[in-house]
Amino acid sequence: MKNRSKAYWKENLKYLLILLGIWFLVSFGAGILFKEFLDAFKLGGVKLGFWFAQQGSIYVFVILIFVYVRLMNKLDKKYGYDE
Amino acid sequence: MNNFILSIMSVQTWTYVIVGITFALYIGIAIWSRAGSTKDFYVAGGGVSPLANGLATAADWMSAASFLGMAGLISFGGYDGSVYLMGWTGGYVLLALLLAPYLRKFGKFTVPDFIGDRYYSNTARTVAVICALLVSFTYVAGQMRGVGLVFSRFLEVDINTGVIIGMIIVLFYAVLGGMKGITYTQVAQYCVLIFAFMVPAIFISLLMTGNPIPQIGMGGDVVGEGVSLLDKLDGLSTDLGFAKYTDGSKSMIDVFFITAALMVGTAGLPHVIVRFFTVPKVKDARKSAGFALLFIAILYTTAPAIAVFARTNLIETVSNKNYKDMPAWFSKWEETGLIIFNDKNNDGVINYLADENINELTVDADIMVLANPEIANLPNWVIALVAAGGLAAALSTAAGLLLVISSSVSHDLIKKQLKPNISDKGELIAARLSAVAAVCVAGYFGINPPDFVAATVALAFGLAAASFFPAIIMGIFYKKMNKEGAIAGMVIGILSMLFYMLKFKFDMFGGGTEADWWFGISPEGFGTVAMILNFIVSIIISSFTADPPEEVQEIVENIRIPSGVGKAIDH
Repeated sequence: MKNRSKAYWKENLKYLLILLGIWFLVSFGAGILFKEFLDAFKLGGVKLGFWFAQQGSIYVFVILIFVYVRLMNKLDKKYGYDE
Repeated sequence: MNNFILSIMSVQTWTYVIVGITFALYIGIAIWSRAGSTKDFYVAGGGVSPLANGLATAADWMSAASFLGMAGLISFGGYDGSVYLMGWTGGYVLLALLLAPYLRKFGKFTVPDFIGDRYYSNTARTVAVICALLVSFTYVAGQMRGVGLVFSRFLEVDINTGVIIGMIIVLFYAVLGGMKGITYTQVAQYCVLIFAFMVPAIFISLLMTGNPIPQIGMGGDVVGEGVSLLDKLDGLSTDLGFAKYTDGSKSMIDVFFITAALMVGTAGLPHVIVRFFTVPKVKDARKSAGFALLFIAILYTTAPAIAVFARTNLIETVSNKNYKDMPAWFSKWEETGLIIFNDKNNDGVINYLADENINELTVDADIMVLANPEIANLPNWVIALVAAGGLAAALSTAAGLLLVISSSVSHDLIKKQLKPNISDKGELIAARLSAVAAVCVAGYFGINPPDFVAATVALAFGLAAASFFPAIIMGIFYKKMNKEGAIAGMVIGILSMLFYMLKFKFDMFGGGTEADWWFGISPEGFGTVAMILNFIVSIIISSFTADPPEEVQEIVENIRIPSGVGKAIDH
């Protein structure tokens, strides 16, 4: 029981680390820190850094949550925590 | 009704019709979904579907500030406005991944409930109650003001009458229905507000770029000019002496810190967190956070497009044009004092420039969304629709905040501290009475807005970031965090936030200007620093004091496992 919950928690933390890494990259990374560099490129008429700051990061956020929901539902099943 | 009648109905008539229909709808829903128990009142009985909760959360979240204010702020700030876009959406990722599922598993009614139980201390609970009240009151005053603004401009009643009408409507469904009534009215309000936001955006996008999807139109070429809209706007802005629209004027470090403070603050706001207590299971909490952000993203990705359209339209309509040729909306907004034209060189021409000394036009950012359909010459019913949408946004957020205030008083103060053996019925009455009192206080602030409302909204986010977020995160992810650490962290977090805000916004403690900001971080971005301070102080103090008791550590073990929610809510 203890081991099962520990292993579950560890996998959960691994997912969080990866997903929050992406979360940081698209917003603080592409939208702020590397904004100037990315502005040299364009996406659909919008400078890329500016696009990430005002559009792209938000789309990625939505996708991240739904990916997380899927991953966790699978994880719950694997460990018998689904109901 | 035939087309002729449709086309001659005035904006005011249309507004009465559309606002009237939506208000009748909200009241109908309120009567249908009355609350019968405290569980109904606080968390809608814990039986809301993830989709409905996602819609309600989106309406709860998107306030008068999001609906009316944000596109205007972006319009005038350009790239600087990105802090709101990323900040107010990125927070939901934190909420979904780090908070919502665990708090749902914990299964209590309020945020102070969690803090009080997890840190086995009524002091911690009281600190949390004070933060919750402070955050919610500063927020709700702004909503009431938004209601007043819409009423005064479109129904041409006095702002105060507008605030009172808004109070009565909110009172009706918040007091009667509690969380249950609020949830289902918010579902309706989301539909009204998103429709009202999208219709003019699509119209204007078509007009300006020929593309009906604003998110794509924003990057498109101007109809008939063969130049991209954003390039054109960059050019117009620099010609008038403003920074390039796509660059903004804030420093990178400040943009970084403000975005972080708004994200973390969003995830720490009690009226948002509490929404995730209303769904049946942990997996529903995760899913409804996803739905909530999806519904929010529709508005948040459209707003920057509206900002670009509105900014371009405004400059082209007013800059270097004769004052006497201005369209009707210009003088109507002048009457409200939200557009001010001061012909400094008496040439009858509007000189709209970045240089304060020769600029002759001041446009309040708050009017951009409301004025936009008129500036673009859209039909009257679209303009009325925007008014109804603004009201839906303001009322839904106000109701959510009032619920947090009333449950803080009736549950966290009366039930948990002053009168523990109060009956469920008695607590329900107390909850309703506190909701009535809260509406009255909010209405008072709506009619007599304190000057500091604008400044305090930043403070609300800063406080939530500096107090709740670290305490909750460590409560879940750091089993050894004890009450000494958590309380010290929250107190230091709040005090440092207050200190910085008072120093640089209210000129206390020696005051200071932009040049004196620590590391170039504005008060809006200081919530991030205060949050880091909270984490550091908590961890240091907890390592020198006793570990939390065994049963508390077991609670933490338990909330990390998603199954078995049923047992947790029936306490």
